[in-house]
Amino acid sequence: MIRLTDVSVRFGDLVALDDVDLGVEEGDTTVLIGPSGCGKSTLLRVVVGLVEPSAGKVTVEGEPVTPDTLLPLRRRMGYVIQEGGLFPHLSARRNVTLMARHLRWPARRREERLEELCELTHFPRDGLDRYPGELSGGQQQRVGLMRALMLDPRVLLLDEPLGALDPLVRRGLQDELREIFGRLNKTVLLVTHDLAEAAWLAHRIVLMREGRVVQEGTLADLKERPAHPFVPDFMAAQRSPVEI
Amino acid sequence: MTRPRLPLLRLALSLPMLAFGVSTEARAQDVRMGSKSFTESYVLGEVAVRALENANVPASHRQGMGGTIILWQALTGGGIHAYPDYTGTIGEQILGTESRLSREQMRDSLAGRGIGMTRPLGFDNTYALVMTRERARELGVEAISHLREHPDLTVGLTHEFMERRDGWRPLARHYGLAMEEVRGLEHALAYPALLRGDIDVMDAYSTDAKLEELDLVALADDASFFPRYEAVFLYRLDLDPAVVRVLQGLAGTLDRRTMVHMNAVAERTGSYEAAAGVYFGEEDVEGKQWRRVTGRILGWTLRHLQLVAVSLLLAILLGVPLGIRAARPGLLSQLILGGTGVIYTIPSLALLAVLVAVPFLGISTATAIVALFLYSLLPIVRNTATGLRSIPVEIRESAAALGLEPRARLWKVLLPLASPTLLAGIKTSAVINIATATLAALIGVGGLGEPILSGINLNDAGVILQGALPAALLALLVQGLFDALERWVVPRGLRL
Repeated sequence: MIRLTDVSVRFGDLVALDDVDLGVEEGDTTVLIGPSGCGKSTLLRVVVGLVEPSAGKVTVEGEPVTPDTLLPLRRRMGYVIQEGGLFPHLSARRNVTLMARHLRWPARRREERLEELCELTHFPRDGLDRYPGELSGGQQQRVGLMRALMLDPRVLLLDEPLGALDPLVRRGLQDELREIFGRLNKTVLLVTHDLAEAAWLAHRIVLMREGRVVQEGTLADLKERPAHPFVPDFMAAQRSPVEI
Repeated sequence: MTRPRLPLLRLALSLPMLAFGVSTEARAQDVRMGSKSFTESYVLGEVAVRALENANVPASHRQGMGGTIILWQALTGGGIHAYPDYTGTIGEQILGTESRLSREQMRDSLAGRGIGMTRPLGFDNTYALVMTRERARELGVEAISHLREHPDLTVGLTHEFMERRDGWRPLARHYGLAMEEVRGLEHALAYPALLRGDIDVMDAYSTDAKLEELDLVALADDASFFPRYEAVFLYRLDLDPAVVRVLQGLAGTLDRRTMVHMNAVAERTGSYEAAAGVYFGEEDVEGKQWRRVTGRILGWTLRHLQLVAVSLLLAILLGVPLGIRAARPGLLSQLILGGTGVIYTIPSLALLAVLVAVPFLGISTATAIVALFLYSLLPIVRNTATGLRSIPVEIRESAAALGLEPRARLWKVLLPLASPTLLAGIKTSAVINIATATLAALIGVGGLGEPILSGINLNDAGVILQGALPAALLALLVQGLFDALERWVVPRGLRL
């Protein structure tokens, strides 16, 4: 579904991605994890075409991501960032339906889709006419997710979607995301730095460090069959409350 | 949902409503009479227009366009058809001859440039150096040659007199004067300076009404330096002979005493029409004046608004796209921002002078509009660029990642987000434009600068206020209008 072949990204002297090979299967939820600056966000941005690789090839559904194919490809992918990246001048409703309006969907079809999404993300309908500045962090995140899902994309890319939320809200939304991913059966690529969140949401975890993939597999693979001394180090660094 | 759908489209649509479709440009068959920016020239221009109208020739008056060079350029360029001047000025400044020409030689020389000259109107308005009677008596000065004994006196001169071939420098050489303090002053401001004692000697005209009014004495030209300054009309030779006949008909009908009286009436009433009325035997014109003032202020204001609206609209149409381009990093953006900034540093008078020299612009409404347009660009370009640049990266990327084309990103996301800053730029431009547009009167295209300029010439604060007050009110009004517009155009989500 998503395939990166020998992809490198350099910003001047800085190597953000170093010769990465990665495939994401259809319907899978893959979580990219690693310390800050390991290149996990850059990888996501390469897929959605916000960053152009210095070398290598990226394909989505078999189609190469190039400046020419970017627009139609982006419309088949949903992209959610930390704090939602909502447009402050548009109401929640307008944020979600912006693309559908741009593509001239009939009003009825828009409303039906909006209805489905509110139900899916547990977003209150009376919040639709509020502006982002009038919504809580969790609700902004729901609107961001609805906006990404509006055109019913087959691929969903999420960059630290819950990063800016307080622990309680975050916990609730992790449950909801898991439920949503399960119901939608989409190909999901999610970035987080939180191992518990990764384990809770992912079919497969990809651990990255300094622009390279260190190991990919299930949580059990990482725990029991580490491919590199960094793997147990990283796992150990994530302190669980039980240990304290 | 009743929220604005396309805020920027609304903004774009609401602005042309300000631009009235009226054109006050003279009709093609009108005779356009020019005049220099001093009382006597205004009055003579007005007399000629009245005489033409009495002969059923439609005529308009471009009042107080500036000095000799600007009038001469406008005349040869066709911006105006005729204007009053003096033989001394024509010989020294226009034809640039050292030797004193006879009227016939002057006429031949002008004809070679497509310009005709009427016979003298009947009075001689020579330059003179003047002092207050009190100061002259105290120093015992009666003639210019006596100034030689007083090199410590301060001299205040019009800029034109300072530079003329028959002006200060040759005069000082001719008489052997050695004053060190010689200042350039606007003529109308020199009188108060003379009365206060800031300056001791100034230049003036022999028909100047102020000489009697302020009890000044003209120093005798005892070494015959000044050439003769007989008043005449200069006109284009391609002018209709019937029109020329009317102008020639004025020759020999105006003696010095009538001219001094007309100048005095102009200064007293603040009305050149009233002064010109003296020539046509209407002594009781002063009473009618007040009824006309309101109408005239309205006319000036509309004209002013027209200049502002057209130039501002053009500045928005070009400035916003330039600002959008300048929001991207790179050399071109630096050039755009730098270029509009440089325009802004040119003094407005210098900019007007440069534009007047452009062949297809000359002395015209277009010139004023181009100048105002250039001044309006900077705040619009800069604010558009700043507004766009300050949009957070996450918002830009979200818009891109949604799959919006660059154009749709600009219209649906970036410009609405930049709209408060953009609108503030347009508001700044509008207010600056209203203030700057008063300078349009310098090149005779009217507006509220016209009464301000005549008021300065007449030394009449009342007349100045007829222009200055409406201009100030207009600036406040436009400011309020934009504040209201902001509420309408800027999306509610940005005002939370």
